[in-house]
Amino acid sequence: MVAVDLTVEIAGLKLKNPVITVSGTFGFGQEYAPYVDLSRLGAITVKGLTLLPRPGNPPPRLVETPAGILNAIGLQNPGVEYFAASILPYLSQFKIPVIVNMAGETVEEYAALAAKLSELNNIAALEVNISCPNVKKGGLQFGSDPTAAAEVTRAVKNNTCLPVIVKLSPNVTRIEIIAQAVAQAGADALSLINTVLGMAIDLKERRPILGNIFGGLSGPAIKPVAIRAVWQVFEEVSLPIIGMGGIFTAQDALEFIMAGAKAIAVGTANFINPRATIDILEGIENYLRENKIEKLSDLVGVAHYKT
Amino acid sequence: MASYNTVKITRQEEIAPGFYFLSFKSPFLVHQAQPGQFVYFRCSNTYDPLLPRPFSIAMVNEEKNEAAVLYQVVGRGTALLAQKKELDYLNVLGPLGRGFTLPPLGQPFQPKCCPKGLEQLKNFPQFFLRIAVVAGGVGIAPLFFLLQRLKDLPDLIIEILIGARSTKQLLLKPEIKNLSPQINLHLATDDGSCGYHGPVTEMLSTLLGADKIDLVYACGPKAMLKTVAKLLAEYNLPGEVSLEKQMGCGVGACLSCVCKTKGDKENSFRYSRVCKEGPVFPAQEIIWED
Repeated sequence: MVAVDLTVEIAGLKLKNPVITVSGTFGFGQEYAPYVDLSRLGAITVKGLTLLPRPGNPPPRLVETPAGILNAIGLQNPGVEYFAASILPYLSQFKIPVIVNMAGETVEEYAALAAKLSELNNIAALEVNISCPNVKKGGLQFGSDPTAAAEVTRAVKNNTCLPVIVKLSPNVTRIEIIAQAVAQAGADALSLINTVLGMAIDLKERRPILGNIFGGLSGPAIKPVAIRAVWQVFEEVSLPIIGMGGIFTAQDALEFIMAGAKAIAVGTANFINPRATIDILEGIENYLRENKIEKLSDLVGVAHYKT
Repeated sequence: MASYNTVKITRQEEIAPGFYFLSFKSPFLVHQAQPGQFVYFRCSNTYDPLLPRPFSIAMVNEEKNEAAVLYQVVGRGTALLAQKKELDYLNVLGPLGRGFTLPPLGQPFQPKCCPKGLEQLKNFPQFFLRIAVVAGGVGIAPLFFLLQRLKDLPDLIIEILIGARSTKQLLLKPEIKNLSPQINLHLATDDGSCGYHGPVTEMLSTLLGADKIDLVYACGPKAMLKTVAKLLAEYNLPGEVSLEKQMGCGVGACLSCVCKTKGDKENSFRYSRVCKEGPVFPAQEIIWED
């Protein structure tokens, strides 16, 4: 069999393959360890962490919608101290890069969390969540304004030596403007996209279904939105892109890569097929082999040169 | 590595209007599943509906190597499942979640292996442990599997209380009668068409009031479980309830299916995952509000 090169380099981070998990869809890895050999993943991005534990939003937190789901979890997490003491040591055994997704309500909180995480060993990069649609303070309010997005990015950069990946929201008029702002503020890479803001009504009760009223749409329904965002940002900003949003198959992943993503992340698909990450990885490898492409990196952004 | 298994359906039958019994070959589940645990079914092969659906394991048959679920058609997922026929294939993940804690019998009670609250049975003076199994509607599903296990334990007196809207919805009645002569069956219907005319919890209340029960297992609509928990608190008795909640991942990762449970400090709470810490919880741990 011909060997194919799946390695990826993002912001100085070397991944053995492009398949990452989406924050919030893979817990802290433990929940999927019975189904997936975690050591085969390119990297793992863990559930969004905050400085202090957060209980999360009142239920209902989930609604199934056409080819997608709306969620409003509200960043339920055990806080950074617990993560450092009880989860990070567990994850270290798999010898894969651990990307920590981080969120906060204020710029100061992002800064303090970045500083705290940077003291820990075995963290490969920080993914800054400035796009969570499901919390009252912080989240999307940073992600939808270029100045605020840049401010958060700068605060994190000033408090860490780790590569900083900024996760952007599609809930903006021009995503490339936000991308440019965080690039200028020092971001090392971008994650595109977070969930699409949505809502559903319970006809019987005549009220919003979600406890939080609004939720984030994910799954196959948002894939075209995500690919468009990757395409636009690739045209305007030179930072490496991790593409995500409705990736269920290797074909989906390859679309993102051809649109400009260097790596991809699998989210909601894990809920339907716990082995989705591995199936997608093997599918990408097969595609390269069948099409006699030696290096995955040769495919990154190729679709741009054919228009 | 665990993953979805493709299993063959051996029986799919509408046992009451809108209620189906579905069995399938699965030696793995027969040997691994505990009462109260659930399986995750992919009801569709397309992206719509997207999510798998959770079903309590209702029965295992060791001779036939079969497991079974009992379900009510309530939405698009269950409607698609109901279209599957005998000999069709189905993708199944499981067993998932935490099931019922069986009473530790035939040995001195070990508080450590008891569910929370069972410690108080430690000095139980009687020879027999008296159990009430309380089901509402399709909530009989996990309890039937529980009864399959309980009936083989020594020194138990089992009262099974089943409530339903009307006589047609009293599910698995003959199967329960055939399980064991050790089991006393009490029926209740909302319309009085069979057994006690009123909620099943009123029958439970009578039994508890007569000091005839030491331990309760329950599954059914939320309002019923809430009443069961209230009665247990009133009589200071241990019990476990199985909850139902829409799920995302089914394995504890997405935090969608949470319910409010008591926290470490007084008056504090936490959100617990029905798919992971549950679906069976000690009745007194749940905060019943929403």
